[in-house]
Amino acid sequence: MAETSPSRSRPRPRTRLGWATPYVVVAQSRLRAQRTYRTSFVFDLFGSLVVGLAELGEVWVVFHNVKVLGGLDFSAVLLLFGLSNLAFSLGDMVFGHIDNIPEYIRAGTLEAFYLRPQPVLAQLMVSDIQLRRLARSGVAVAALVAGLVVNDIHWGPSTIALLLLTTLSGVAIFGGLFVWAGALQFRLVGGGEVTNSFTYGGSYASAQPASVFPTALKVTFGYLVPVVFTAYLPTLRLLDLPSPSLLPSWLAWLTPVAALWVWGVAALLWRDGTRHYQSGGG
Amino acid sequence: MIVRTLPGELKTLALLARAGFRRESTYLMAMLAGLFTNVVFGFIRASILLAAVDSAGGQLVGYTRDTISAYVWLSQGLIGAVMLTGTAEIGERVATGEVAVDFLRPLDVQAAHLATDLGRAAFTLIPRGIPSVLVGALTVGLVLPTTVQPYLLGIVSVLLGVSLSFLTRFAVNLAGFWIVETRGVTSLLAVVQSFLSGLYVPVHRFPGWLGGIAAATPFPSILQAPIDVLSGRVTGPGALLVVAVQLAWVAAVAVLGQVLIRAGRRRLEVQGG
Amino acid sequence: MTGPPPPTAVEVTGLTRTFRRRTGTLLRRTVTDVVAVDDLTFAIRPGEAVGYIGANGAGKSTTIKMLAGILVPTSGRVRTCGLDPVRQRRDLARRIGVVFGQRSQLWWDLPLHESFAILAAIHQLPAAEARARTTTLVAQLEMGDTLVTPVRQLSLGQRMRAEIAAALLHRPELLVLDEPTIGLDVLSKQRLPEFLVAERTQEGTTLLLTTHDMGDVERLCERVLVVDHGRLAYDGSLPGLARTVGARRILVVDLAQPGPDLVGLPGLPQVQHLGSEGGGLRQRLAFDAETTTAATLLAAVSARAEVRDLSIEEPDIEDVVRRIYSATR
Repeated sequence: MAETSPSRSRPRPRTRLGWATPYVVVAQSRLRAQRTYRTSFVFDLFGSLVVGLAELGEVWVVFHNVKVLGGLDFSAVLLLFGLSNLAFSLGDMVFGHIDNIPEYIRAGTLEAFYLRPQPVLAQLMVSDIQLRRLARSGVAVAALVAGLVVNDIHWGPSTIALLLLTTLSGVAIFGGLFVWAGALQFRLVGGGEVTNSFTYGGSYASAQPASVFPTALKVTFGYLVPVVFTAYLPTLRLLDLPSPSLLPSWLAWLTPVAALWVWGVAALLWRDGTRHYQSGGG
Repeated sequence: MIVRTLPGELKTLALLARAGFRRESTYLMAMLAGLFTNVVFGFIRASILLAAVDSAGGQLVGYTRDTISAYVWLSQGLIGAVMLTGTAEIGERVATGEVAVDFLRPLDVQAAHLATDLGRAAFTLIPRGIPSVLVGALTVGLVLPTTVQPYLLGIVSVLLGVSLSFLTRFAVNLAGFWIVETRGVTSLLAVVQSFLSGLYVPVHRFPGWLGGIAAATPFPSILQAPIDVLSGRVTGPGALLVVAVQLAWVAAVAVLGQVLIRAGRRRLEVQGG
Repeated sequence: MTGPPPPTAVEVTGLTRTFRRRTGTLLRRTVTDVVAVDDLTFAIRPGEAVGYIGANGAGKSTTIKMLAGILVPTSGRVRTCGLDPVRQRRDLARRIGVVFGQRSQLWWDLPLHESFAILAAIHQLPAAEARARTTTLVAQLEMGDTLVTPVRQLSLGQRMRAEIAAALLHRPELLVLDEPTIGLDVLSKQRLPEFLVAERTQEGTTLLLTTHDMGDVERLCERVLVVDHGRLAYDGSLPGLARTVGARRILVVDLAQPGPDLVGLPGLPQVQHLGSEGGGLRQRLAFDAETTTAATLLAAVSARAEVRDLSIEEPDIEDVVRRIYSATR
């Protein structure tokens, strides 16, 4: 039997980016792979753009007949839509593939993650960033900019801070919801579509003036699946509008707390889901 | 039993429909999951549109609170059957080349796939269609016609709507004979179809020019039409006209499908599969 | 990690894994417990080459998954490279390499060399070392011309070599191959074992190979673990296995005319008639390769009937396992 090679007893070496190396490299490779399918990528980009426009069109059609909805006029809703859609499209781009767990299990991709020295969720996150969703973000940014311009907003450092805080936390909230969805997939066999109710349902709800919601919906999408934080509350705040019952507008500053709540639940659900998977379920 | 008395080809189609129905019934969990999501979306949409009706003073383009609620819950209920955002199986069969097998069979490919899809759609009405309307009726409240006629005509209309949805998806998926990656085209269809069929807002609320565009497409006949008939928004000769328009579109798109299938088959033969 | 290597590469004690299978419709549910792995106990020393054989569904893949930390044991204890696979999964991942024959761990749509580059980053290998190691492996496995090909376009043989190279990139202490040669062409089946033997001599890698192909085991392993329905039926050397089981080969003869079963051949009492087809036109005879030669048997058969054609089958896994089971009972 051969001697243990010297390489085995050496300390772990350092690479240029340190612990971030695996993630950066994998993410880069995914982006490269997506660009190699050039025509398909362009098509997808275009399709994503159309989806963004269709969603904006939907809002616009509603306001074609009605001047004010839930205390917001069209310009206000433009801002609402922009904030919501920007957060969701970015969140979808970075985390949207996570609810695909059944597919990853079937293809053996998840097993491969277990054989690598990084946390499984972290590997999953960087494994498939969908660049094509950027087109939808483009529409969202356009709507957001339009909303910021058209409305009478009192600009200042706190406004900028609120915008940044909202967008970053919004992306985090939607990202966390996709992790909920992924984690639940481990237990939901065949019934996986249920998670669309809070990922895509949450996105839809976040782009509406929540004042029109009945109490049950206000509590659900305000506090349980706190998507109201991603756009509606900030919109009220930015435009200095009155708050509806149960949803005071000063909560807009607590969007990061909502994001922490979402990720806290995500961590618990993920741990439960992977434990279930490792115990032979699925 | 009914099946046995039908003439040859019709019997085969009926059997295919039954097979489609049975196959879908194995996905019960998925159906229930879909129902849950439908209901959540239904609640959100209902709140928005009810607020819109209130904001317009109780009446919006002919919709009152009750009738717009009916629109919301009927549309949510029919989503499963109409399947606006799916891809037809034919697309994959063309991509893998399996479609050659379909051509060898003595049955018309389009009719065969349509029959199967109708069976599938029929099943979805049980766990998704009717419960959605029930939930809406019990929670938000809605109003549906009390006479029999809208329901009888409504069944025909739903049938035509489902067929039309399938036929448009079928025709677009046949692009696979000429384009390698059909995902872009099919997803584009899904978005346009969803929008113009009245899934998000009733087509009647579209501004003039957009309504004109929608009318020039088969999409309103897929979802808006059956809902209008079932909810009693159109009755009598108006309803018959709506159904007639649906029928016309079904015929037109079916013919398009036939043309594309034949062209595709010729291309397959020329290329050697 | 610094320090001496652990005393065992794999240590398994009373390892059990049960699966709960739910069948039936929503209203009429039946729940059955399937025991995939049943009270396994064995240890593999560093540097050993062990074949882990059994029929399909005998629990091999389940055991591998428990060794790697993918599955949690229902009961019992498992230590791989001295670590608890579930609790210390990430540390373990640095020290083992696993190849699943049916699944790919490479990046499907990218050129092969990019898969190696990504894996090097995942294991945080310094650039120079990664390059050197990749070059060596590529040369030894003769993959130079496939480096620019997208993985999905590789043939099965090329892909399998690539998977093994990928698993060895970070110089693992333990290499686990799960059914690596299914569907491989004959040439690849020769080359791979040669490479693996050389690799083990150089690096001292422990090898655990699961398969239901006896040929693989013969080429690569000194020690054999036979598992049957989740239980360990045999643990010892390969020659010992042959002796315990009595390696039987099968002579298949096609006779000129159908006839009676060829039983009771003179001087060959241990030859067993396995079956006849076509009313005796084709007959299968099992014989013990250590006591009888094919030629002797053929002569005896020819004396009885006219032989039109013949072929010889090597002992298959199911046969071996069956005989072990009956031998140990």
